Amino acid sequence: MKNKVSILQISISLILSNVFSFAFAAESSEPMPLNMTRGVTSISADVYDLHMQIFLICTAIGVVVFGLMFWAMFFHRKSNGHKAANFHESVKVEIAWTVIPFIILIVMAIPATKTLIAMEDASEPDLSILVTGSQWKWHYKYMDHDIDFYSILATPTEQINNQWAKGKNYLLEVDRPLVIPTGKKVRFLMTSDDVIHSWWVPDFAVKKDANPGFINEAWTNVDVPGIYRGQCAELCGKDHGFMPVVVIAKEPAEFELWLSQDVSRRQAAKEEEQRLLAMNMSFDELMAEGERAYMAKCAACHQPNGMGLPGVFPGLAGSAIAVGDIKQHIEVVINGVGGTAMQAFGKQMTKKEMAAVITYERNAWGNNTGDLVQVKDIFEFMQNN
Amino acid sequence: METKPDNKKLIYRLCIAVAFMFGFGFALVPLYDVFCQITGINGRVVVNASEDELQTVDESRLVTVEFITRIANGNNMTFEALTKRVQLHPGQLSEVAFTVKNPSDVQAYAQAIPSVSPGQASLFLNKTECFCFQQQELEANETVTYPMKFYLDRDLPHSISLLTVSYTLYKVGTGAVVSVSQEGKRNVESL
Amino acid sequence: MTTLVQEQDDHDEHHAIPTGIKRWLYTTNHKDIGTLYLWFAFIMFLIGGAMAMVIRAELFQPGLQIVEPHFFNQMTTVHGLIMVFGAVMPAFTGLANWMIPLMIGAPDMALPRMNNLSFWILPFAFLILLMSLFMEGGGPAFGWTFYAPLSTTYSGDSTALFVFSVHIMGISSIMGAINVIVTIWNMRAPGMTWMKMPLFVWTWFITAFLLIAVMPVLAGVVTMVLTDKFFGTSFFDAAGGGDPVMFQHIFWFFGHPEVYIMILPAFGVISAIVPTFSRKKLFGYSSMVYATASIALLSFVVWAHHMFTTGMPVFGELFFMYCTMLISVPTGVKVFNWVATMWRGSISYEVPMLFAIAFIILFTIGGFSGLMLAITPADFQYHDTYFVVAHFHYVLVTGAIFSIIAGTYYWLPKWTGVMYDVTLARAHFWCSLISVNLLFFPMHFVGLAGMPRRIPDYSIQFADFNQWISIGGFAFGLSQLIFLALLIKACRKKGKPVDTQVWEGAEGLEWQVPSPAPYHTFDKPPEIK
Repeated sequence: MKNKVSILQISISLILSNVFSFAFAAESSEPMPLNMTRGVTSISADVYDLHMQIFLICTAIGVVVFGLMFWAMFFHRKSNGHKAANFHESVKVEIAWTVIPFIILIVMAIPATKTLIAMEDASEPDLSILVTGSQWKWHYKYMDHDIDFYSILATPTEQINNQWAKGKNYLLEVDRPLVIPTGKKVRFLMTSDDVIHSWWVPDFAVKKDANPGFINEAWTNVDVPGIYRGQCAELCGKDHGFMPVVVIAKEPAEFELWLSQDVSRRQAAKEEEQRLLAMNMSFDELMAEGERAYMAKCAACHQPNGMGLPGVFPGLAGSAIAVGDIKQHIEVVINGVGGTAMQAFGKQMTKKEMAAVITYERNAWGNNTGDLVQVKDIFEFMQNN
Repeated sequence: METKPDNKKLIYRLCIAVAFMFGFGFALVPLYDVFCQITGINGRVVVNASEDELQTVDESRLVTVEFITRIANGNNMTFEALTKRVQLHPGQLSEVAFTVKNPSDVQAYAQAIPSVSPGQASLFLNKTECFCFQQQELEANETVTYPMKFYLDRDLPHSISLLTVSYTLYKVGTGAVVSVSQEGKRNVESL
Repeated sequence: MTTLVQEQDDHDEHHAIPTGIKRWLYTTNHKDIGTLYLWFAFIMFLIGGAMAMVIRAELFQPGLQIVEPHFFNQMTTVHGLIMVFGAVMPAFTGLANWMIPLMIGAPDMALPRMNNLSFWILPFAFLILLMSLFMEGGGPAFGWTFYAPLSTTYSGDSTALFVFSVHIMGISSIMGAINVIVTIWNMRAPGMTWMKMPLFVWTWFITAFLLIAVMPVLAGVVTMVLTDKFFGTSFFDAAGGGDPVMFQHIFWFFGHPEVYIMILPAFGVISAIVPTFSRKKLFGYSSMVYATASIALLSFVVWAHHMFTTGMPVFGELFFMYCTMLISVPTGVKVFNWVATMWRGSISYEVPMLFAIAFIILFTIGGFSGLMLAITPADFQYHDTYFVVAHFHYVLVTGAIFSIIAGTYYWLPKWTGVMYDVTLARAHFWCSLISVNLLFFPMHFVGLAGMPRRIPDYSIQFADFNQWISIGGFAFGLSQLIFLALLIKACRKKGKPVDTQVWEGAEGLEWQVPSPAPYHTFDKPPEIK
């Protein structure tokens, strides 16, 4: 009797613990998909079909094997009075269950090989984008246009620290998404400035590692306009969980419009910088702007309180660089430090931001140097060095 | 027990196996390079000049070669490809140029690390002259233009019609190492 | 216990057993060392489990609540290292120490002093690793796979301690493996031919060769990490002509056989338990041996299936995909053999059998997800998501660890001479079974929906599932405290004394020695029928 209960319990507990999680998902406001996405490209659809095919084959094998096992567990019980048979080998059966799985594997391998070869299509793309990972942001450069920008997590720190309610796209939103045209072959060249990252957009079935010093490539051809979200998929340090990928796919005409708007936007930014070269910002202005830029670009490592993470990231409060020679400070910010996690911010920030951040770092947290760095100081440094 | 001497022999052999496998771990480093040269994993490029064997030009197709230049962290140089892309026939010798500027007031050394995508194409990219073969010395405030001569092997698979060559420029060598490590040290001191 | 020293003793190490701490420090007895290994593994399992609890507590809700991301990464890293090198591997070594001499009719392991050394360096290895967590900058935070350059240029100074402790673990494993091979090769009782050896002995024999083949490679790769970080070499640094992807090739050349090091002995344990409680001989003994050997050989040519996204040429991806798929054939043979052993048996459900059955089902589920992961195009979607986390936890927790627990219940009465508390044991089984599935099954869905692994915070769509996973995690953690209570009770010999033949259907030499097994056994080789 006791045995009967335990067999039932095995099966019930297996099923129950699985069903529970389904039931709970249904209660949530925006249910999580329970399966891999079918995506928006023909490759991603192929991958989805492949996934379902293998899954169903595995399920079928599981049903047969576990079915036989449960049959034995139930009917061939000692408590049922079942006497043990005496067989312990059978060449025929053993050959059968070596050969049959082998054939099933071949059946699986054929579509997998086809899809893989389709993925490796090296034909000429309509658009090439250089994707560069760095600790903890993505940089996109359109190879045939004069456009490049960083794409950084846009979720406010307050949401992460549970002070504000979390938004719909919590951790999956960026300040500047990548924009690509639909119906065109877009090629991504992946590389990294520091550690290994991995650029992943599930809806495109594109996941490729960004290796420092080397380039990798992947491509996609998106059918449906929309916003597609992904994340970095390779552990890349402290804020690995906070470097999302957001891609907007636009109709070709809209994409062209975006391109032209971007050019004029950049023109305006350049003019603004020229204007700033000619004027001096006040200490308060610089400090306010500096604090904002510091929190956005520097605080992840050096921490909001300027203390850094001892042993990992150096603090700036009282540091030799932040209270020492200004030129040295500017150089480190612009060019970074080779062989360390300090990145070259010369290409990541505007001159105004750099001037403000350096001023902020030299005057915050008790670094009361009283130094002011203006946009023109940065400009001059970049000209002369 | 009569098994004792037997034990020693076996232990001896197993220890040799352990030592061999430890060595094998390190042997994987050169083996990997050989493997890369055969398979083109990761687009690692042969870092020696190819023989300038003149191949007959395959005029039936045109292949596009793109050049990307990147600057590593901590390098204050500027680095640019004067030719961003060329179209050429397999077998045809081509020459492109890159400029590097050392903006600082001290001499510096730079090393360019090449990478080719798709990786397989690196097997068919033959460079007869390249600044990436060795470290380059740059005087203070010097701007240098380096030529790079190459041709694509006629056997380049027909599926490849576009290949990308990237160079990442690192500041290295005697002059640079000091400045890098000093910067690094200063950073550590600022703890 | 001291009265058990046998008369025919002529070895000089067979004096009266010292008592207290000295007994354990100086012991060269395979049973004592086995016990030490098993307790050490259990303590490490609880410490590594505590770290998993920190991880699950942080992931209970979206947002950062309990720990900082940097500390979270240290937890995932050290959890992995401790569970792999501190819990699963020493537990199997403990079982090997206890059972291999008993199973082959040998008086002890072949190299008893080395045996003592290989155990006693382990606590220091893990002390060093755990202490590094208290260093300025914290312990290793680059994942147990320590991919360069995150573990070289971009890691903290504790990397040196990490490397040192991995070296010690490696030396310990290698010594253990040499001991196992020499024991099995030279010390079998007369008549114990190769094809008469119990499968546990066979699987460990093959595992020991895997250890000798790959642990030195691990030692090599951590040495390269050390010199890259501290001595200016550039094995993995592009700036000096190295390649970070090469790290992954060398690491996984060790890493994939390592996976089989953790599962082959489990096959041996299950192959001992299933026939006992089915009261029927193991089906297809020789095919089990050949399957084990072929899994071990194949494990050397599949390493790059961990690296499909690093950018490999197509033919490389195809080669590694086909080889990986091929592994499912011998693994399938094993599962079919177990089912055929149960088929038309006379099955009873003692606790070791319950765990063994759970092992077969849940390990097979892990095998299925492994097969799915082998399919390269689909792997681009699964790679580095919770689907992978689900897969390897099914294989390692409900696989390796369930088999260790099953083996412990199976042989515990032989070790202690008393039957464990059956009520507690059943409670332990049911609580573990339900909670472990609540813990790991939903991870498949979370992974398919796109949640990357090793992240301390996630987007809100994953919130409900993660809550359930965390609840399952806490429940599974607490369930192991039942096991702790049971083990303490059994070791204090509270329970019904058992006979020599503890289980009705059990066969093998270990069931011919009295229960509890005397301090010295088989001083005279047994007769093998």
